[in-house]
Amino acid sequence: MEHYISLITKAVFIENILLAYFLGMCSFLAISKKVDASIGLGFAVTFVLTITAPTNWFIYTFFIGKGALTWAGLPEIDLSFLRPIVFIAVIAAMVQLVEMIIDRFSPALYQNLGIFLPLIAVNCSILGGSLFLVEREYTLLESTVFGFGSGLGWFLAIIAMASIRYRLRYSNVPIKLRGIGITMLLTGLLSIAFMSFGGIQL
Amino acid sequence: MPFSKKSKTAFTDPLMSNNPISLQVLGICSALAVTTKLDTAVVMSLAVIVVLSVSNTVISILRKMIPAKVRIIVQLSVIASMVIFTDIVLKAFFYDISKQLSVFVALIITNCIIMGRAEAFAMQNRPGRSLLDGLGNGLGYGLILIGVAFFRELLGFGTIYNRQVIPESFYQAGYENMGLMVLSPGAFIILGLIVWAQRIIGKVEEE
Repeated sequence: MEHYISLITKAVFIENILLAYFLGMCSFLAISKKVDASIGLGFAVTFVLTITAPTNWFIYTFFIGKGALTWAGLPEIDLSFLRPIVFIAVIAAMVQLVEMIIDRFSPALYQNLGIFLPLIAVNCSILGGSLFLVEREYTLLESTVFGFGSGLGWFLAIIAMASIRYRLRYSNVPIKLRGIGITMLLTGLLSIAFMSFGGIQL
Repeated sequence: MPFSKKSKTAFTDPLMSNNPISLQVLGICSALAVTTKLDTAVVMSLAVIVVLSVSNTVISILRKMIPAKVRIIVQLSVIASMVIFTDIVLKAFFYDISKQLSVFVALIITNCIIMGRAEAFAMQNRPGRSLLDGLGNGLGYGLILIGVAFFRELLGFGTIYNRQVIPESFYQAGYENMGLMVLSPGAFIILGLIVWAQRIIGKVEEE
């Protein structure tokens, strides 16, 4: 149990997928202008990461990893070079599926979340999460926890940024620095704040 | 080689006045993590230039055959195949650097520049022009990447391309490498400052 708690803390704070690995920057910069949209996108990212991480773990372990096809009598086949293309296809399919399910069962949620879901298929943090879990050789449960933690970390970062940018409207930023310039500098400061969690051993 | 004016702007525009990273704000995702040192940044830029120009050309050749409804999937598979190819080449010839780049080469797939150019340019233009557009955008991306890496390596390690440039006497006089630049905040801050500088020079008005 402790192991998983430390994994989740690490994914949220110490190795935040956005602030330490720069993944998901595009949508982060574009969406963090609005607080409510950020909350919607944050939820969607967390949700999709939590379900795609175990799915991709499963696909990697039983289909495309080294020696993964042993169960089919083909122990020598190593398809791991197909990793990126398979993962992105799985992610796109999962996103589509989730979109359909939400639309069918909860139209209200779909209204709020729906527009963000297509955006997520090409969000680097989702693909990045799946690629990291292969590289770090996580188990199924670890992958799920890591996916959830990374999503939560992303959620936290985008909400923090959206709130800061909301406040920023009342401050006097140099004209040429407005927009992406000041946002990058602020992300740097936010990242320093998150760095202070570094070195904590759990 | 004679180029028409339109072809020329397709190539030169993204270098400065319409740079994909600093002005269109695309493709930052996979860009910053590899900028702690110049060598990884250069290899990453080359990978992006290759993927972007080839995928742009291929998509442009196929543009009349791709049904509008499934175009995203077709574009993604062209891009993903190119990325896998690049990844394998890097592993074969630049093994050490490909280890350092780790998952970030694969993440070129979700780099918004590549999808963005395929969708916005290659689907409407001839293959030759799309190739130039791909090269131009790739170079524009590389310029910023290398710019960020230059400052991070210089300030963070005191080296340029792994060669010591800050003399020993500086260190004896109390100069210290800036640890912050090696960590991720350094990348954000340097990029923010580059964008700022570019807007001042380029006279871009926004918001």
